[in-house]
Amino acid sequence: MKMTYREAIRQAMHEALAADPRVFLMGEDVGKYGGTYACSKGFLEEFGPERIRDTPLSELGFVGAGIGAALGGLRPIVEVMTVNFSLLALDQIVNTAAALRHMSGGQFSVPLVLRMATGAGRQLAAQHSHSLENWYAHIPGIRVLAPATIADARGMLGPALADPDPVVIFEHAQLYNLEGELPDDWRCDIATAAVRREGTDVSLITYGGSLPKVLAAAGQLAAEGIAAEVIDLRVLRPLDTETIAASLRKTHKAVVVDEGWRSGSLAAEVMACIVEQCFFDLDAPVARVCSEEVPIPYAKHMEEAALPQVSKIVAAVRQVLGK
Amino acid sequence: MIEFKLPSLGADMDEGKLLEWKVSPGDTVKKGQVVAIVDTSKAAVDVEIWSEGTVFELLVQPDETIPVGTVMATLLEAGETPETAKRTPRAAPAPKAAAAPSPAPAAAARPAAAIAGRRRISPAARKHAEELGVDIDSVAGTGPEGAVTLADVEQAAATKVSPARAVPVPDKAAEMRKAIAAAMSRSKREIPHYYLSEPVPMRRATDWLAQANESRPITARLLMAVLQLKAVALALRKFPEMNGFFRDGAFQPASAAHIGVAISLRQGGLIAPAIHDVGNKSLEQLMLDLTDLVKRARAGSLRSSEMSDPTLTVTNLGEQGVAAVYGVIYPPQVALVGFGRIVEQPWVENGTLTVTPVVTASLAADHRVSDGHRGGLFLAELREMLQQPETL
Repeated sequence: MKMTYREAIRQAMHEALAADPRVFLMGEDVGKYGGTYACSKGFLEEFGPERIRDTPLSELGFVGAGIGAALGGLRPIVEVMTVNFSLLALDQIVNTAAALRHMSGGQFSVPLVLRMATGAGRQLAAQHSHSLENWYAHIPGIRVLAPATIADARGMLGPALADPDPVVIFEHAQLYNLEGELPDDWRCDIATAAVRREGTDVSLITYGGSLPKVLAAAGQLAAEGIAAEVIDLRVLRPLDTETIAASLRKTHKAVVVDEGWRSGSLAAEVMACIVEQCFFDLDAPVARVCSEEVPIPYAKHMEEAALPQVSKIVAAVRQVLGK
Repeated sequence: MIEFKLPSLGADMDEGKLLEWKVSPGDTVKKGQVVAIVDTSKAAVDVEIWSEGTVFELLVQPDETIPVGTVMATLLEAGETPETAKRTPRAAPAPKAAAAPSPAPAAAARPAAAIAGRRRISPAARKHAEELGVDIDSVAGTGPEGAVTLADVEQAAATKVSPARAVPVPDKAAEMRKAIAAAMSRSKREIPHYYLSEPVPMRRATDWLAQANESRPITARLLMAVLQLKAVALALRKFPEMNGFFRDGAFQPASAAHIGVAISLRQGGLIAPAIHDVGNKSLEQLMLDLTDLVKRARAGSLRSSEMSDPTLTVTNLGEQGVAAVYGVIYPPQVALVGFGRIVEQPWVENGTLTVTPVVTASLAADHRVSDGHRGGLFLAELREMLQQPETL
């Protein structure tokens, strides 16, 4: 069935709300407005104000309320408009949600699902465009997901709600309009990385909103006779390093593509894992394509220049291959 | 998950070539079972396993040469299934001992892109060159900034295919010479030997042996060598400092006397596999063991435990006609006992001159572990043992 990423997210939430009375959705504009990205259109009418709750503009408050509801036995889906705004709720997420199981000696768990948009490319400037997935991927106690395909948008929410611990789902703002076929077997795990394209010459490792760019780059490279393997991390914490290592043992070269800023990025973590596990398989230095280290600009040409692009990925691969 | 690693089949062994697997994935193995045949530079050895389990994966293929310590296979323990067993990635081979020096490459072979200081060689290229036996310094780099890549190594290996194929036809005799050279050099470099010798009258032993053999069919007759081996093993009971290994700066006494028997091979070279627990075996059993061992040593089908276990070596050059032998200790052992030819000579006993068969027993021992005083007492004990052949 053909559908958009937005529709896949909507269907996943609809299924969860219909199947389990403990599930409810809470966040800014999720009710009357139908969601900033229209992922909850029609939900208020269908499920009522008890379960589709518009909140004040206070991330600290409503994420905290979500944690409380999870502790109380509910299965909240809390939507935060962008990862930039989620910083206001960092204390709740890092100091409370991620830590409670450990601090209570296993007596409490926080079965909370936090969804948030991330990423640039829509001229929303520096306060709405950043990619801070790595901040969350740094924190023990939470699982971090980055659905980058229609199938993952449809399939990841179910296992995330079933997880007894907090799960953060990053939806890249550029992906909502992505259209594609929803495969019949869209059900998936939330533990492994996926090989999205097989190849033998170089491993391109990426996640989230950069996946379509990397696949486009791989297509372009194929025309030059370079067979690139594309790995979609899918799960940013804990990283599935075995899939990465298996690919490196085949290709011996890697380029990591990450919309986060270069320094201290997820790309850096992936590269460190490669060096730790695959040093003697490497045939070239590992390269990365990240965002330029500036607040994401508003002007279109400058925003484009700041982000990973197909041409930059292709150039990095050529350099790694010495071509 | 149990890892089966290539054992060291002697102090001079750095690597071995797998000739054949005797098991397949799914087979159940018992302690002591022969699972593989490995070619050391000295012999084709039946390698035994000392764990029980079910063979899961064979990680090394026949004809592969691998360093000692490389994981050759994985086994499932009782109760493990392939699903529950954690897959262990193939261990990186231990670093090899200094590789044989290769002729320095001609200056022209150096790639133009070589930069000052360390050359750029990718880790994968370096590893693969080692596997292929390609001299990495002679490979020109075409990778990023002139780096030597996997493709460059493969290219180099392909172009030198004819000479490369011509060289590795293994010269068995040369290989063994090299192995002996390494072990003996190490021995003389590391072990402060001292030497003692003692003439041992052999009248009683030769008489007893002649009588014992009278009633035996030719095939079951005992050799003097067997008496000597047993006497050495019994003497060792009182002198544990002659029996064991010197490792990591300390002596480790052995609990039983596994006597290595120096066997010269027809094609040249020698080998000293063990007869296990000599002190507790009858002379008849020792004779059978010795015959079997010599036969298998010459056929090249020894077992790994025979290669790695000797706790002391006995060498007997009497048949070659020498009067005495002062041997070089086989590390990490700490002593070697030698016997020369049994020769009739004038002998004074209780003031009377007689003619008596005499053999010179010698001891080469490690001065880090024992002193000449104890060594002398050991030889005296050995001499007394040989005076009571009926007790052996």
